[in-house]
Amino acid sequence: MKFRAKLVDAACLNNFTRVSNMIAKLAKTCTLRISPDKLNFVLSDKVANGGVSMWCELEQENFFSEFQMEGVSAENNAIYLELTSENLSRALKTAQNARALKIKLTNKHFPCLTVSVDLLSVSSSSRVVTHDIPVKVIPRKLWKDLQEPTVPDADVSIYLPVLKTMKSIVEKMKNISNHLIIEANLNGELNLKIETELVCVTTHFKDLGNPPLASENASQDRNSEQMAQVHIDIRKLLQFLAGQQVNPTKATCNIVKNKIVHFDLLHEDVSLQYFIPALS
Amino acid sequence: MLEKTVEKCCISLNGRSSRLVVQLYCKYGVRKTHNLSFQDCESLQAVFDPAVCPHVLRAPARVLGEAVLPFPPALAEVTMGIGRGHRVILRSYQEEAGEGARHGLGQGAEVGWDGAGPRFPPVAVPTDSTVKAMVTEMSIGGEDFQQLQAQEGVAITFCLKEFRGLLSFADSANLSLSIYFDGPGRPAIFAIKDSLLDGHFVLATLSEPDPHPQDLRGPELQRPAPQLQAHSTPHLDDFALDDIDSYMIAMETTVGSEGSRTLPSTSLSPGLQPPCSPGSHSEEEDDTEPSTVPGTPPPKKFRSLFFGSILAPAHSPQGPSPVLAEDSEGEG
Repeated sequence: MKFRAKLVDAACLNNFTRVSNMIAKLAKTCTLRISPDKLNFVLSDKVANGGVSMWCELEQENFFSEFQMEGVSAENNAIYLELTSENLSRALKTAQNARALKIKLTNKHFPCLTVSVDLLSVSSSSRVVTHDIPVKVIPRKLWKDLQEPTVPDADVSIYLPVLKTMKSIVEKMKNISNHLIIEANLNGELNLKIETELVCVTTHFKDLGNPPLASENASQDRNSEQMAQVHIDIRKLLQFLAGQQVNPTKATCNIVKNKIVHFDLLHEDVSLQYFIPALS
Repeated sequence: MLEKTVEKCCISLNGRSSRLVVQLYCKYGVRKTHNLSFQDCESLQAVFDPAVCPHVLRAPARVLGEAVLPFPPALAEVTMGIGRGHRVILRSYQEEAGEGARHGLGQGAEVGWDGAGPRFPPVAVPTDSTVKAMVTEMSIGGEDFQQLQAQEGVAITFCLKEFRGLLSFADSANLSLSIYFDGPGRPAIFAIKDSLLDGHFVLATLSEPDPHPQDLRGPELQRPAPQLQAHSTPHLDDFALDDIDSYMIAMETTVGSEGSRTLPSTSLSPGLQPPCSPGSHSEEEDDTEPSTVPGTPPPKKFRSLFFGSILAPAHSPQGPSPVLAEDSEGEG
């Protein structure tokens, strides 16, 4: 099992750092899946995560000038590593003025992801910072829980409003209740609602637009005004929104009523899918 | 703000009432008087002499300040040493939690050093390796130092927090910092000097425990030393050393739940040179270090002393705490 990659472009490095910062905000511990073409940050929907799951994907050739990996075996050419997300983002933070950044899988008494940064220094000498991030290699028999989640057949698909706006609203709502209702319809309307004994607060977003429906079935008989809603834990939504520092290129929300809400974001060339289940 | 409002400051000692009187004469005729109570105490004089230290490093405080930037703010200790090619290497020091190991000395806190960098001490692998801390290492070329008189392989471990404190002070005054040191366990002296002041910060360093015959040093000495230069070799060499396959094989054949609880004992660290100055043991150190007050073993082996400035600096560094003295029984 081998992995080694090199990153030399400053813009790519910034982008990769942003991705790791986002992941660090979304999941304390996550799985890094390394395959020949892609890198994935995965959080599977365990009870420990509150049922939330995440699948973040990036094409390695958009970031790395060199990328070599050898998986567990030829038929299973992938590596699954569990790590503390903050370690990676902290390591990358020190690479702000880097000439080059190398990541490789090492074994220094325990498996590590070693991030090695060649710093640009004012003086003639080179400075090198190395970070050894401890990782846990995930055995093959657990890989099935860490596959790309299937996108559910949504009742409603809608484009999201500016995430920063959504975040500031959800932040305020969190002070009132932990239980949020998110609903949308095929008319480009999305509502965020909280209800308590004393007060009911709803924020309406209009004219958001809906992505074209994938399937033609049922689209005709669906009343485009009808809302599909899911009751979710507001903290999970807030955590998701807090992780988005930059407004994505494309952001879609898919609602399966009373079951799950699925966020599908595209940040330049990084895709993020985030699933929040309904409160039982 | 003090500079803008205070025109004059008068400090005097009022022996009769045992008060240190600080009077600030401010603008607009405002005068602030502070009466600070004080207490006589015995101040311990540490006896140290930078001249007897065999190793010296000197660099602008800014260079050293930049060098410690990548380390996590919460990190307590750092190991500094000389690596191959006359590079100065700083590495985060992690206390290994062995069975009942407390901080530092004599129990698992081995600061080994080989030509390429500090060796990780042998460790009982905890069940969840993601809980282990990240290790950061910074390697600086010798050219960044104004003076570098130390042999390859020597290393000491000291308190990073104190180091950061004195660095920020030295940097604010745009001074160079000289580090005089010996081996593990011997105090390290950090000195700054300019026309106004002369400061010596003495920090204790971690000493080495008794060498265990069955520890990693054995196999390492037998292993031929691959030249692991810090990250400047062609990549091909790295893979040979970092091969994780042996670990994977052990893991796949383990019966039962995920992962193996124990790693195979193959040590892949390429170290060779045994650490320099095999080191005085902590117990003996106590008697020879003049600053020890009998009867008060400090909870940690670190003590830092700050004194020796000719003129009190404008900003006191956050670091060094007062000299440990024996607890007075009753009210103190």
